[in-house]
Amino acid sequence: MPRTAKKERKKLEIIKTACKLFAEQGYYNTTIPDIADALNMSVGNLYNYFNSKEELAKYIMQYSSKLLGEEIKKINEIDISTREKVFLLVKRFIEIAEENPELIDYFLRVFLSNREVFSEGCEGFLCVQEVVTEIMLFLEEGVRKGDLRNQDLFVAFVSIMGPLGGIVFLKGEGMLMKEPIEYADELAENIWRALKSD
Amino acid sequence: MESFKIRLAMKNLLWIQGLSCNGNTQSILNAENPQIYELFSKINLLYHPSLSVENNVLDIVEDIYRDRLSLDFLVVEGAITNNKNFHKIGDYSIGEIIEKLKNKARYIIAIGNCAVFGNIPSLYKENKDIKGLQFKFKEKEGFLPSDFKTSSGYPVINIPGCPSHPAWFTQTIITLYYEKPLILDKFNRPKELFMYLSHDGCIRNEYFEWKYEAEEFGHKEGCLFYNLGCRGPITHAPCNKILWNRVSSKTRAGMPCIGCTEYDFPLRENYFETKKNIGIPEEVPLGVSKRAYITISGVAKTLKNERVSKKLEETD
Ligand code: SF4
Repeated sequence: MPRTAKKERKKLEIIKTACKLFAEQGYYNTTIPDIADALNMSVGNLYNYFNSKEELAKYIMQYSSKLLGEEIKKINEIDISTREKVFLLVKRFIEIAEENPELIDYFLRVFLSNREVFSEGCEGFLCVQEVVTEIMLFLEEGVRKGDLRNQDLFVAFVSIMGPLGGIVFLKGEGMLMKEPIEYADELAENIWRALKSD
Repeated sequence: MESFKIRLAMKNLLWIQGLSCNGNTQSILNAENPQIYELFSKINLLYHPSLSVENNVLDIVEDIYRDRLSLDFLVVEGAITNNKNFHKIGDYSIGEIIEKLKNKARYIIAIGNCAVFGNIPSLYKENKDIKGLQFKFKEKEGFLPSDFKTSSGYPVINIPGCPSHPAWFTQTIITLYYEKPLILDKFNRPKELFMYLSHDGCIRNEYFEWKYEAEEFGHKEGCLFYNLGCRGPITHAPCNKILWNRVSSKTRAGMPCIGCTEYDFPLRENYFETKKNIGIPEEVPLGVSKRAYITISGVAKTLKNERVSKKLEETD
């Protein structure tokens, strides 16, 4: 395996472990030695990958944004109707959340709860740019084709992301009666109704 | 006698008009460096509809047609039609005049958006036969065939604009006068002029970069792209490189570029409004994907530039 690929794989391992610890113990209660310990790594070696806890925290957001952004990009590029795209988007989001529960936990318990950590270099949409960009492209295309209403960008944006965030939050709280994926079509129908042009 | 000989040795230029508002003529009268009389002291002006008093255009056309007079430059202002109800010179339609002259001129220059693309006259519903010389809007379906070339080897040389800038015309004529090569773009516009966007050189570039948008016309601050319909980043024209009247340009003065050098100039609506879908401009700057535009704008907006958020007079 080439060195960079190996390094990337190791980074991914660090992210997954760090995510879990941050979400479970809280951002401030988790130290770099804790993370290194959990990974059977020396602290010095961990610093080869990330210069600080803050850098790691931001990188996790960028990584998650890339992961989700690339998936939405794929959907954006498929030649299907806008309605079908909404359904696919909801389904893929829930699948990704199920595949990476630690990222969702991290997003809800660290990113949204410790904004001060992200105030420099991650402010606004900077660390979640890929997701925001792809959602914007999806909305713009839908409006241009006449399928979606030309409404305020932020209202449209939260009409998509709100329900998605909500359902994975409820899952995390153990409140759902069914598996999240079983709610996908109903959720998608609601989002579609909130966005469609007539 | 001496001066007569010089005149005989001079290159000839004939200016004719089709369906036109005379705007390009008005513009060329404002030429500076060289001024119009300087230009026509080197080039013999056979006829111009607004300037010639004594010469009869039909006699000149006939003399050229019968090879009694050589024609170096045929300059055409205005759109072309064969329908005499819309335009006539003597008993000829402008189309018939072009037919007579097209193989006689060494260079044909279409000046202004009407002669180039058909422009506003081509929108007439009552007459579908109104075209530019070699283009009708985007298509190479103008009055002359798409593969038409004059004896110089050039197609019709297009200098669009509504109107065009006088220097675009004088610079092109002088290049050809000295037999220097001209490189043309896909709409047969001289690259030297039209490889620039009107955005290039605009004094509002800093606001464009940081996405600080003007809400009203005429202010010193703010870019006009996002709200006020500025076409600068999408329009090929050196308006901010070769200034108008040597002093300014639309965008410098706080009025958006309306894209008058492009084929689609009369096809758009709401010139002072940017068409947006869900807050995202439908058309983004040339060379940039919508994805890249959204990304870079998002980053620029988030990072903020203190300077651009102040009135210019209040900046450090
Ligand atoms: S006003 Fe127009 S030309 Fe000037 S910077 Fe903005 S977009 Fe470009």
